[in-house]
Amino acid sequence: MKKYSGFSLFKHSLSHHENWQAAWRSPQPKKEYDVIIVGGGGHGLATAYYLAKVHGITNVAVLEKGYLGGGNTARNTTIVRSNYLWDEASKLYDHSLDLWKDLSQDLNYNVMFSQRGVLNLGHNLQDMRDIERRVNANRLNGIDGVVLNTAEVKEIVPVINDSQDIRYPVLGASWQATGGVARHDAVAWGFARGADSFGVDLIQQCEVTDIITEEGAVVGVQTTQGFIGSKKVACVTAGNSGVMAAMVGLRLPIESRPLQALVSEPVKPIIDTVVMSNAVHAYVSQSDKGDLVIGAGTDSYNGYGQRGSFHIVEHTLSAICELFPMFSRVRMNRAWGGVVDTCPDACPIISKTSVKGLYFNCGWGTGGFKATPGSGHVFAHTLAHDEAHPFAAPFSLDRFNTGHLIDEHGAAGVAH
Amino acid sequence: MHHIYCPYCEETREEEEYSYTGEAHIERPKDPAAISDEAWGDYLFFRSNPRGIHHEMWYHAAGCRRYFNVTRNTQSYEIHETYKMGELPTVTAQVPTPAPKAAQQGEAS
Repeated sequence: MKKYSGFSLFKHSLSHHENWQAAWRSPQPKKEYDVIIVGGGGHGLATAYYLAKVHGITNVAVLEKGYLGGGNTARNTTIVRSNYLWDEASKLYDHSLDLWKDLSQDLNYNVMFSQRGVLNLGHNLQDMRDIERRVNANRLNGIDGVVLNTAEVKEIVPVINDSQDIRYPVLGASWQATGGVARHDAVAWGFARGADSFGVDLIQQCEVTDIITEEGAVVGVQTTQGFIGSKKVACVTAGNSGVMAAMVGLRLPIESRPLQALVSEPVKPIIDTVVMSNAVHAYVSQSDKGDLVIGAGTDSYNGYGQRGSFHIVEHTLSAICELFPMFSRVRMNRAWGGVVDTCPDACPIISKTSVKGLYFNCGWGTGGFKATPGSGHVFAHTLAHDEAHPFAAPFSLDRFNTGHLIDEHGAAGVAH
Repeated sequence: MHHIYCPYCEETREEEEYSYTGEAHIERPKDPAAISDEAWGDYLFFRSNPRGIHHEMWYHAAGCRRYFNVTRNTQSYEIHETYKMGELPTVTAQVPTPAPKAAQQGEAS
């Protein structure tokens, strides 16, 4: 892999940028790999990257049925934060935030990580009590956070409606200054290029149609490009995890639902932070290009259609217009849906299964993007050692049978 | 937006009148104390979550306030049938899908 640098940019400008090395190869699948990762999104590619880099396991294939980073990695609202309530979750997400800080240097790829701060608004007294509890828990876990009142929120976001006469007045917010946004596509591409440079095979247009087992152990996968053998298969398939599990007769505590987002036409800089509100199910930030990036809630029902209901979008936009009356005339450019894998306790599953050699990293639901590097990092450890990374251990599949859930639903500013 | 036929009201109404309440035909164990943690966890949390034909419960919150079952395709969002509690579906993943009847036609936006 040739390194990207200011000098290489200058050098290639002399040949009209026509001679850049391809960011990754497009190899034919081999017959057998040490590890097969199913799903070439951010989490799968990060897993492959850290498997190769940290654990030296490079005989790895990432199988992607479409194109790299074309699923939820391309569909999220790119928010990064770690202000989760419970110790287990805050450790995992803060581990990820730590990796974000040096990720561009580490990958030699600009992921445009911008720590512009994240506000989680409170609209009633109970919201504010929950926010205080969560911020206190965050600070005990070494995660920065402060509780702001209405005037302090207004200072950070001057365009917000601070009237106390609206249906959901802004009473205050939690503020995580180290949170922010990153360029979602660049994260997938950076991890892909990094993994490829270690010799990982990234195989696109290769859908896994069956997982083959013998005597309770995985021996490989059947794909649209034929059988590929491996004693370790790791599913990082987000919304399709239930379909993958069904291939070996397993069920997961997951329901796949449509989650929507939309972007406006580009406008001049107006919001230089991330504003989220759980109570009214809306969040907004502004991309470097100038579009307002807006996230809505999930539909209430199971769906794999990658599109959501109009009334959900309407609900979100009415909340956005109440919080930011000046946005009422901004036109929306594009809207889309992704299929999110929601868990009962709104926490992920990073786990072995009852089938030997079959692993799942799923259940990130509506908030997986922020965890991309951390998820890959701890899951790579789980794959390499056949034993959960200490940060991943609480997120095993058997917590749904032991009852040790990590109940982040609503408690931790989980927008859904 | 789904248009859902309530088998009790015998009316087709918009999705917003209803609440989705999850997978149908899951029976609560008769004696929870007698079964293992595995079986109890499976009952509470584990779901089939198929891509395709799905039997699910909906609640007619702004109508008769009764629960009923819906057979819906989670990929195409087509609603094949709605039926009362206690009844069994006629459309399943194993049985080929018939053309939907006019009165029960579901439609997604």
